[in-house]
Parts: sequence; C-alpha cells; structure tokens
Amino acid sequence: MNKIICACGHENPEGTVLCGNCGRPLTEEAENLKLVDMRYEGSARRSQTYNKSIVDKIWNFFSSVRVGVWLIVIILVAAAIGTILPQVLYVPATVEADIAAYYERVYGTFGKIYYELGLSDLYGSWWFQTLIGMLGISLIVASLDRVIPLYKSLKKQRTRRHESFMKRQRLFAIGENKLGEETLTRSEQKLTELGYHVKREDGAVLGERGRFSRWGPYINHLGLIIFLFGVMLRALPGFYVDETMWIREGETRAIPETPGFYLESKEFILETYDKDQADDVFDEAIDRVGTIASNYQTDVVLYKKPEDALPGQTDKLEEVKKDSIQVNEPLKFDGFAVYQMDFRLDELRTMHFDLSNKASGESLGELSIDLVEPETHYDLGNGAEVELLRYYPDFSGFEDGEPQTKSPVPNNPAFLVKMTTPETPEGETSFVAIKQTVEPFGENEFKLEFKNVDTRDVSGLTIRKDKTLWILALGGLIFMIGVAQGSYWNHRRIWIHETKDGRLAVAAHTNKNWLNVKKDLDAVTEAASLPPYDDQQDLEALEEKKDGEKSS
Amino acid sequence: MARTKQKRLIIRTSILVVLVAAIVYTIYTSATKEKIEVLGIGDEAPNFKLVDLDGEEHRLSDYKGQGVFLNFWGTWCKPCAKEMPAMDRQYEVFKDQGVQTLAVNIAQSDFEVQRFTDQYGLDFPVVIDKTKSVMEAYNINPLPTTMLINSEGKIEKIITGEMTEQDIASFMELIKPE
Repeated sequence: MNKIICACGHENPEGTVLCGNCGRPLTEEAENLKLVDMRYEGSARRSQTYNKSIVDKIWNFFSSVRVGVWLIVIILVAAAIGTILPQVLYVPATVEADIAAYYERVYGTFGKIYYELGLSDLYGSWWFQTLIGMLGISLIVASLDRVIPLYKSLKKQRTRRHESFMKRQRLFAIGENKLGEETLTRSEQKLTELGYHVKREDGAVLGERGRFSRWGPYINHLGLIIFLFGVMLRALPGFYVDETMWIREGETRAIPETPGFYLESKEFILETYDKDQADDVFDEAIDRVGTIASNYQTDVVLYKKPEDALPGQTDKLEEVKKDSIQVNEPLKFDGFAVYQMDFRLDELRTMHFDLSNKASGESLGELSIDLVEPETHYDLGNGAEVELLRYYPDFSGFEDGEPQTKSPVPNNPAFLVKMTTPETPEGETSFVAIKQTVEPFGENEFKLEFKNVDTRDVSGLTIRKDKTLWILALGGLIFMIGVAQGSYWNHRRIWIHETKDGRLAVAAHTNKNWLNVKKDLDAVTEAASLPPYDDQQDLEALEEKKDGEKSS
Repeated sequence: MARTKQKRLIIRTSILVVLVAAIVYTIYTSATKEKIEVLGIGDEAPNFKLVDLDGEEHRLSDYKGQGVFLNFWGTWCKPCAKEMPAMDRQYEVFKDQGVQTLAVNIAQSDFEVQRFTDQYGLDFPVVIDKTKSVMEAYNINPLPTTMLINSEGKIEKIITGEMTEQDIASFMELIKPE
C-alpha cells in the first residue's frame, strides 16, 4: 500500500483527497478545483485503499454506493412486478396444480407465464430474498467503509489548516488583522456564545458545532439493518406464527403451532345494528344498506394439555380460561393472540326425519341424525326401526353405482338407510339425499321424509405470534432518530487563523443550511472585525450567469 | 504492514462470512418452511395416544423396536381408499416381521370409519384423531400422507400421495428391524 506524504509531513492512505492533518489538496484534480469536495472530509474510503485479494474485491463491490443504488432499483422493480397479479397466498387454491390452473383460467396466458416464472410467489422466492440480503450487506459494508475514516479524520482534525484548504472553502475571507492579538480572543468568545466548541492553538481558532449530525446517515442505516435483522428472524422457528384455523360450534381442536393448546368453540355470534336502538342519524344508512354487522364474536374455552399428556390424548385437558374473541379483541395466551377473522353461518348439524307410509302419509315416528357423530340404529318404538348403512356427508354423485362424498364436511349429506316396520319386517333400503330419493331395490312402502335441520356456525380464526415486533419497532425508531439527526442538525465549522505575513484568513463550512452558518459568521465578523467574506459558490454562479448573458 | 493487511483480511472475511451465512440460513429455512416446518427425515417421531374403533388405546411408544407404517387418511379421500386394500395385504405379510401398520383417520365420525373398515375388511388398527392434534404434531397437509418410522422411533421417509402395492411392500421392507 502506498502512502501519500503531504507537504506538512503527514502520512495519508492512498486515495486521500485532502490531507487529514492540514487539509492541503493531495490530488491534481483537487488542486484544480476552486472549491474542495468536502465529502467524507476528503478522506480515503477504505475500499479505495485496498484492492488486492478476492475478499477485498467482494468487499469493494458491496462498498460501492452505485451498487447499492442499483440493488435498490432492482428490488423496487421486482417488488412492483409482484403486485401485478395477486400473490399465491391470496389465491383460493392450495394444491400446486390448482394454483397453476387458477392463474391460467383467471388471467389467461399472461397468468400462466407469470406463474411459470415463479412471480406468483415472488416475495418468498430465493432470488428476491437474496437481493434483500445483498442490500443488507451493502448497507453494512458501505457504512463501515465510510463512517470509520470520517470518524478518524474528524477526530484528529487540526485547528490550523493550510491556506490552500481555506481558500477552497465556499465561505472564505482574507484581509487585514485590524485588532491584532484581540481578534482571536474575541472570535473565540463570540463562537462560544453561539454554541460552538472552540479550539485554539498558536494563532488559529476552530469553532465547531453539531458534529453528531454527520453520523445521521449511519445511524439511519443501523436502524435499517436492525429492521432487516428482525424480518430475518421471522424465518426462524419460534419467532413468528401466522396460522388460520376453522372451528365449528361444539368442536375442540388443537391450535396450530402452539405447544399443547386446544380451543373449544362454544358459540359464534353475529350481531347487526338495530334501527330502534341505534342513534337516529344511522337510520338512513341502515335503510340503504340493510343489515350492518355490529359484532363478530366467538365464545371459546382455552385448554392446555397436561405436561405428560401426548398429542391425541384429550381426556384430561385443563381449562385455562373462557373468553370471547371479537374483532380487535383477540384471545391472548403465552405470547399468542387468536383473532376473529372469518365465519361461515349455518353449516348443517342435525337432520330431522319422519318415517312415514307413502300411501297413507301416516307417521311412524321421528328420528334425528347427528351429522357429526351419526349412530347406527334409530329405534322409533312400536317395532319401527331405521338402520344407517352408509353416510356421505358431502354427496357428489354416483360413480360405478357407488355414492361418493367429496369432503368430510356435511354440505350435502346423503344416507343409505334400511327401514324396518311391523308391516315390512324384511326391511326396505332407501338412499336419501337432499331433494333426491333413490330406491335401489324396487318400490318401497315407507319413506324418510325430511322435516327440518339444525345448523351451527363456523368461526375462522387467525393465530398470531410475533416476537420480532419490538425489534422492528426499535429498528424503525433508530431509523427515524438517524433521519432527524441528519436533517435537523448540521455540522458547522469556522476556521480563523493568522497567516505568516500577518494577515487574517477566515473560512467556514457546513454540510447543510448555509444560511445559518453565514449568520454565525456575520456575527463573529462583526464582533472581531474580521475581513468580510465572500460566498465563492455564489460568485461562481454569478460569473456563470454573466457569461451566459454575454454569449446569448 | 503485513500484520495490518492480515488483520484487515480476517476482519473483512469474518464480516462477510457471518452476513452470507445469516442470509443463506434465512433463505433456506423460508424456502423449506412449507415442506418440513418442524418435522423432517431423521427427526424423532412425536409420540401420541389415540383410541381405535374397539376402544383400545394405541401409543406410538408401544411399538418401540418395531417399524411403524403410519398412514393418515380420510374416507372421502379417493387415493386413500384405493391404497387401503394393498396396505391390508402387506400388513398381513409384515406384521410378524416387526412392522406395525397404524392408520390415523382425521377427525371423522366413528360411524363413517367403522363402515369404511368393515367395507374394506381392514385388519390393522385404525385410530381417529378427533382434535386433529396428531395431525398438527406431524404437520400433515395433503391426504394420504404416510410416515415411515424405523425401529429407533426416527422418521425414515415421508410419502405424500397414493402408493402402489409394490411401493408399500418396499417401504415396509425399509423399516423392518434388523
């Protein structure tokens, strides 16, 4: 590694633009500039310093702001593409083949291509996550590479800077020292009054305030990194749970992803606004819309299995608590929250039939078939009996003469029954479905006549656990602190020194808000009778303007 | 000079390695989340206790030292029904060679399960997971799913979808104790 030795004798690492000690421009380019580029104090970014091994090359790749910006652009474009069609999570299909078919059916050829390219699960794809990961590396490496040299150069900055540094600052003055010795003392006093930290050494004064605003962007990056770390933790088991469960009234079910917790649904309640009870102002809305829900609620009992109980062993569940889950009022336990998310009303529960004589219409008695736990024999007394031979909860038609059920949910229950009465001791077989009766072995004398049905409701619940939330909040907070730090404060410096020929050189710099540093410098100029300064950038602008006018 | 260079190399390498490892791990876990979640091949098969149609209790741990062919099914699931007779035949072949067959029905009524086993004349024990807690413990998603559990109680293989009789025979062979 080559060192650059400045005229003042200070050794600077390769790539340095301004001497870390006196501020002399070290490159030809910098020397030719009228104003110096004060970014990173002209220090060498670490990536420029070393470029030897493969590790250095990788490091330098991620250190580049250009690479970082490209990563952000690519991520933005990719994320935007992911919003063109709904992601796989929001598609009403669970099996791969159904999902593929859904995209093609609903969105045509474009949908098919979209699915084939894997864009339907874009945010979960390995390449999208790799991009986010690369952005994370870029944030860390680029920050480290800049904040360390900046910190070092600000920490060891000298009070007296070289004149070539001073005259390349935007605010610069050189002139007669009217008050002699007194000038620096008065300047020092005024700067202190203005809230500057002042350093003084042989004939030079440096006033500085708000240096910490320079760390704003890095604090901001730190917040982002913490945020990304929190998101990353979600992939780890135990940090993040987002599951759904459907539970019917009267059912007890294991709660997904929880350690041995069970939920029993006592009742689902759907309430609507009543015109008589609601305030009059709402009457119009109720008339217009009809029914408006005022409450979705599932009354539940939470159980936990005993420590020594195994899955499936539910005879000794211990009640934890009774609760009513309402929208925004989840059931909370053990870091989990169970939310009311969805419902289905009136799923069939029990069907009531009448065994009757087809000819006379005379009833031999009633029977109720529990659709969840059907029984085999139904004794109606007086010698009449119905035997359940087969049960098809979700009857979907016949296949090779055999009735089929397409799910275990009693959406369309059908039964094969044998009816025995004193008049038909041999028994008659009948296939009974909703709006359909088949008598496979010839005409029957008796029939099961459908009377009515009991229903129950189904609650759709979401189980959530998020241990990463506070990490995300912390990341967000630090991010905002960084933003505020960099935006509302600024780093101002004013240098004043006596030159060798007894004149006075004054320069000032700020990373933003030039108006205020000018005000400060005005105040010091007045208090210590400093030579009047020029805003060299404005001068340049003025000259350019003049040139422009001439040529036109 | 050489020392600072070496130090720099070590620091940079370790930072990059840590970051890349974290990212690779995250991507790996999220990519495989749907498939294995908590259970994978080589894991200890969670113990459970379920009751069969005759009221008899079955624990997985009862079959320690034997291979267990654990089949999750439902009566409405056609591929499940299709593989049942073949499973029953292979059960007869392997039951004396230390391979137990256990079918876990997912929360259906006793009536439906009883009728089904009668219809197909199944001899192996059929238990019903009324609260879906065993299904939850084994992360069963599609039906049928079959877990091959070896004599040490470890999961040897997870099969989702229908199996032919040859498949079943070779799978039972796989978990036969030495």
